[in-house]
Amino acid sequence: MIEAVNIVKKFNNKIVIDNISFTFESGKTNIIIGRSGSGKTVLIKTLVGLIEPDSGYVLFDSRNFTAMNFNERKKIRQEFGMVFQGGALFDSLTVLDNVLFPLNMFSNLTKKEKIERARFCLNKVNLFNIEHLYPSEISGGMRKRVAIARAIALNPRYLFCDEPNSGLDPYTAVVIDKLIKEITEEFNITTIVNTHDMNSVMGIGDKIIFIHEGKKYWEGTKNEILNSDCKELNDFIFSSEVIRLIKK
Amino acid sequence: MIKILYQIGEYLLLLKRIFSRPERGKIYLKQTIEEIGKIGINSIGIVTIISIFMGAVIAIQYTYNIENPLIPLYLVGLATRDSMILEFSSTMVGLVLAGKVGSNIASELGTMRVTEQIDALESMGINSASYLILPKIIAAIFFFPLLTILSMFVGIWGGWLAVVVTKILPAELYIQGLHYAFVPFYVTYTLIKSFVFGFLVVTVSAYYGYYCYGGALEVGQASTKAVVYSSLMILLFNVILTQLLLTR
Repeated sequence: MIEAVNIVKKFNNKIVIDNISFTFESGKTNIIIGRSGSGKTVLIKTLVGLIEPDSGYVLFDSRNFTAMNFNERKKIRQEFGMVFQGGALFDSLTVLDNVLFPLNMFSNLTKKEKIERARFCLNKVNLFNIEHLYPSEISGGMRKRVAIARAIALNPRYLFCDEPNSGLDPYTAVVIDKLIKEITEEFNITTIVNTHDMNSVMGIGDKIIFIHEGKKYWEGTKNEILNSDCKELNDFIFSSEVIRLIKK
Repeated sequence: MIKILYQIGEYLLLLKRIFSRPERGKIYLKQTIEEIGKIGINSIGIVTIISIFMGAVIAIQYTYNIENPLIPLYLVGLATRDSMILEFSSTMVGLVLAGKVGSNIASELGTMRVTEQIDALESMGINSASYLILPKIIAAIFFFPLLTILSMFVGIWGGWLAVVVTKILPAELYIQGLHYAFVPFYVTYTLIKSFVFGFLVVTVSAYYGYYCYGGALEVGQASTKAVVYSSLMILLFNVILTQLLLTR
């Protein structure tokens, strides 16, 4: 379970995250939605400690992550898996070495076991026979899947995905969404997905929060989202013709 | 002024993070060997070529500048040797490597920063500064002195080659000069300088790359700043070390 309590973040006196609190359950795909520039990426980076909040704190299964020092955080971070917007694969490593990377750094498995585990993760995301290629030699969708494979290599308790299907074609986007949902349920992970894609929200969202200009405006499930009376949320979701038709 | 002090403070904090305890020594060793290849072995060619021409030019210039018949011509060999050992092999090679190695380090780290690869390391609980920069520092402080020794020999040989090819001076006189009044401490002095220059080139360039934010434009700017400031630091420390080590 992940709890964020009264998170505030300012950059040059401009409030980017304004007193946001929420609780996300484990085994659920939790989605943060909002327009581009609404503060989604800053929020997810604040949760994993890449950005320090000005006030407020984050609890991972009741452990106060914000109050921890670097070494204490290091241990909890080994329970994290993170998929960045662009994949953030290491250019100098092959696909297999990218997935092996966290295993080499933190696991005590033998070399053979590590390779087996890395191949298992790659197969889990439906990637076969590409392990010798470099990130620059594979497609955007494959890169995202390799990033997911790397994120789950150490059996994380918490999975963070920052716009995992941005820039992908609709088919691949759905494949990535399903994959995240499957992994979350199979391994009972607490997953947080940042997105502005309503297909993802309606497809895999168990719990959804909507943020607008740094503030949390709405929180609920995908069944409730179409009937909300929140003006900002409605402006956001019904800007899509498809969603308008679904509501009708 | 405040900005300069801020940058110095940030640089010192980066050094503190770099020299904190590494995660896994074995992986650092592998990284260090790779960096020796990139920083050291790949620089042998450029150092060799530059040193040959420097040595040749010094020998020719000294020969043409000795007009007084009372000054023995074998001093050309002595002057070439001491110029190469005292100044050119360490400072000139340092400046050349500031351009080659410094820009490479800044652009590599800058690209890793803007493509979130550094964030990916941090989110896994890895001290990215130590993991990425420490192997480069070890490689540089180990290999810069070796490149300096290479430069000394090749530069002195370049002077001999110029003398032989242009026939401006009997080669025996040049060799006689090489044996004349040799001060072994000069070699120690230049090796100390190259050690310090190696450290400066890597850490200053790494600083500009590591704290690069934005996109391709900022990576280019970071690379330029890395070359300019590491060159300035080399020139500044050249004066300081010369004053400290050669003044009695």
